[in-house]
Formats: sequence, structure tokens, C-alpha cells
Amino acid sequence: MAEQFTRPFGSLGSAEQQAAFGTSDGELSDGSGLISPEPVHKPTRSRQRSLGLRVVGPLAVLGVWWLLTATGVIKPFTLASPPTVWRTFWDLLLHQNLLSDIGVSLVRATVGLAIGAGTGLILGVTVGLFALGEELLDSTLQMFRTIPFPALLFLFIAWFGIGETPKVLLIALATMFPMYLNASNGVRNVDRKVVEAARSFGLKGRSLIRQVVIPLSMPSILNGLRFSVGVSIIALVFAESIASNSGIGYLLNNASAVQNIPVIVVCIILYAILGILADLFVRTLERRLMPWRRQVAVR
Amino acid sequence: MTDTPGFGPPAVVLRDVTKSFGEREVLSGVNLTVAEGEFVALLGASGSGKTTLLRLLLGLEEVTNGEVLVPVARTPVFQEPRLVASKKVWRNVVIGLPKERATREAAVDSLAVVGLDHHADAWPGTLSGGEAQRVALARALVRQPKLLLLDEPFAALDALTRLKMQALVAELVATYRPGVLLVTHDVEEALLLADRVFVLKEGRISLDVAVGLRRPRVVGGPAFDDLRNRLLAELGVVEPNRWQPLVEIEEPTANGAAAPN
Repeated sequence: MAEQFTRPFGSLGSAEQQAAFGTSDGELSDGSGLISPEPVHKPTRSRQRSLGLRVVGPLAVLGVWWLLTATGVIKPFTLASPPTVWRTFWDLLLHQNLLSDIGVSLVRATVGLAIGAGTGLILGVTVGLFALGEELLDSTLQMFRTIPFPALLFLFIAWFGIGETPKVLLIALATMFPMYLNASNGVRNVDRKVVEAARSFGLKGRSLIRQVVIPLSMPSILNGLRFSVGVSIIALVFAESIASNSGIGYLLNNASAVQNIPVIVVCIILYAILGILADLFVRTLERRLMPWRRQVAVR
Repeated sequence: MTDTPGFGPPAVVLRDVTKSFGEREVLSGVNLTVAEGEFVALLGASGSGKTTLLRLLLGLEEVTNGEVLVPVARTPVFQEPRLVASKKVWRNVVIGLPKERATREAAVDSLAVVGLDHHADAWPGTLSGGEAQRVALARALVRQPKLLLLDEPFAALDALTRLKMQALVAELVATYRPGVLLVTHDVEEALLLADRVFVLKEGRISLDVAVGLRRPRVVGGPAFDDLRNRLLAELGVVEPNRWQPLVEIEEPTANGAAAPN
């Protein structure tokens, strides 16, 4: 192909040199040594195919798991097989009121997240916007941020009793910090020139925050929300592990105490599904709240 | 202050304006008036204080001393479009206007003036640089300003778009007759557009010339070049005179040898 041409790299034709010249297999070269550039934007896949590709990974995990347990490489007392887990799931669902446990957990996570992320958002925007806010709040928040929230569980139970309050508050506290950090950073990074322009066109105070500052920091805020949602599920496990008589965490804790492996696996899978649903929720929010980004995204 | 002949009442008055940042005095005793309908260009090298002056007029900075008077209806066009990415084009145009005036109709009318009404529902991120700057111009016009403050609005544009934008601005100013203060370091741009040119040097106005050239103007010609060279010299740029012959004819000196160059 390109051998008959002299290039400043000496002998030609090796894979590295082709790479150095940007000629890949996908780009066609005629005898002149010129190539037609490969278009960067490849045709997009259909929704169905894209969805199909997304489930390949989880299905592969399931397949390997099934294979290893069915062939006896992994013993049942180490990890239950998929059919056992499936049967346990149905048993829990039909005879042990699993749905109500899921419901209780969801409510706790959602309420805790709403309080925590809401507070984090308000604090973050305040700190990002006002020097006074940063001076007053930031050091305190940074100080509390590093406390591992499980360490607070006993304190919360001592302060707020064994009802819903300590559980929800623990989740709220845990989810507040990721939102706070991302929101304050997002607000601080809003293009000052745009804010200045908006000011000189008459926007100020709350309308400036609502119309310009918050929308432009939305990418960071939603990133914070994504972290907060993840943390809320982790905090849920801890909150339900002590002084609790319902919820997925309670189920998991009980099963752990008697080493009931199938139930433990069911709980783990439930958490995983909650995680996926939470991510789907945030993605939907992103599409809804940032329509201007869709058309200018890199991909 | 007296009205400038041929123009309306004053749209900007600066009296003995001084502005310091800490120890550093950026503007020292600036006096300046721009009348309604008058196009004034403010030339200055970078660091001369011209952006500070503009920010004072926009209320983005406070004067240290002196008096600044501006109309309520004043509006800037910045070097960059500075559109809010999360608002569609038409909402950017009417940003900050009171509700009853912030209508789509008003926005589209103003966009039509700059030839972009068909992009009213586009996101700012999808516009080209020139289009975005025209939206910024529409955003200024919709406010029906008595004073238009242009902060190097063409500097970030490519050469072709710049020429078109300059023509558009000249036409719009001739139609709507606001007072205009154009801050720039482009001498030819100032001479193409302005009725009067100020040179700002080390925080003071060092030169104030009326541009008597007939409109529409083109770059070049003896009168144009003469003014241009005068302004460049004031700005500290010495250019060879265009009308001098390319080869200096050596005149013999008394002792017959060529004069040392």
C-alpha cells in the first residue's frame, strides 16, 4: 500500500507507523498514499440494541455464577446457586412479607435522601454564593464530613430513640455531604462573566439564583445527587441493622446472624436493583433538567 | 454640560472620575460626555483603564471619586456573547426584563433585526460564534437603550463575521440612535464607526478628535490614513507613512558623500 512512498520514519508498513500516520484498518487508502478520513460519528445503535448491550454484563455475571454453583466448584454453604436464591426470593415474597420490608426501606431511604440532599443543596448554594456563608459553614461541614456515619448510629439511637427518626436522620446526614460538596463546587464554578452579564441585564437576588446560578450548576448538583443516592442505600443498611424490626437491612442482619446464605444473597441483589433504579432516576432527571446539554454533548 | 451640536441630550456624563484599586490609580480625573445618537469610540492600549471605565458605567464597579451619570436604559454588549446556556435563545434575549415585557414576541422581533428569528428556540450551545454575538446584540436592542456600551464586541469574531457585524451595528445605531460608547483597541474599527474618538492613556483622556469622514466609510484614503496615523502615534505605535516613496532618494551632502542613514 504505502511502501512505495518515502516517509521520514524510514522503513514503512509496521503497525506502529500506520498508527502514527493515523491510518487504521477502517480507513481506505488508494495507491496515492492518501486516505479518506474515517468519520468520527458512527451510526448510532437502535434503542433495543443499546439496551441489549447493557444487559450483557449482568447476564454474564449470572451465567458464571450459575455455572460455578451448578458444577460444584462453589459449595452451597459458600454461595447459594441462582435457583436456590430464586426460590428463597419467592418464599420471602409470599410468606414473609418481603414487599413490606422493601417498602419500609424505600420510604426510609427516600425521606432521608430528600432531607439530606435538600439540606446539602441549600448549604452548598449558600457557601458557593456568599463568602460569609463559606466562612461560617465550610470549616464546620468539612469537620463533620469525615466522621464515618456508622459511628453515629448509637449516638442517634441514644438521642432519638429506636423509632424511624434515628434511621432517617442517619441517612439524611450521610447523603448531605456529597450534595453539599458538589453543589458548592458547582456554584463556585458558574461562569462569572455570564452572571455579571445577567446582573447588568437586571437580574438580581433570587431570580438570578433561580434563573442562572442553579441551572448552570445543575451538572454538578446532579452529580452530587448521584453520589447521595448511592450513599443513601449504604446508610440504609447501617440504619436498619440495629434496633430495627423491618426493612431489607433488618432481613440481612437476621440472615447474617444465622448464616442463611440464600437470604443474604437475595438482600444483596435487592440492594443492587435499588442501585440501578436510583441511577435510572438520576439519568431521567438529567434529561429533564438539562435539555440544553443533550445537543452539545461530545457523544 | 452643553449638548453636542447635531445630537440629542447627554447619554453619559463623567465628571472628574477617579478609580483606584488599592494603591493603583486606574482612572485619574476623566471627563467625558456622550450625547444620544452620538457614536463615541474609546481607544486605549491594554491596561489603559478602558475596561474599568466601561465597568463603572455598567455599575459593576464603584467610582472612587467624581460623578458618573448614565440613563436607566443602558445595556452592554461584551466581547463574548455571555449567553445563559440553560435558556433558549429567545429567553436569553429577554433575560431580566419585567414579566410583561419579557415576551416571546418581543424577543423574536429583536432577533429578526439581527436576522436570527428562525433560531429563537435553539439552545445557545448550538450557535456559531457570530450567531451568538448577534443574539447578544438582539438582547441589547430589545431593551431600547438610550446608551449602548460595546466592549470590544467584535474582537472574538473571525475577520469576515467582524466586517458584517460592524456594518450591522453601524446600521442599527443609525436607525435607533442610542448613544454609543465603543471600547476597542482597533483604530480602523473606531474610524469606521465613530463620530468622535477618545484616546485613553494611563488613566487620562489624552486625545479627543471628531471624525469628519463621510458615511458610509471605507478603510483607507488620505483623510482616513491621516487620522489613523495620528491616533496610532498617540497610542505609541509609530508606523511608516504610507505615502512616502518606498526608496529614499539620497541627497548629496556638502562634501559629496551620501548621508549616513
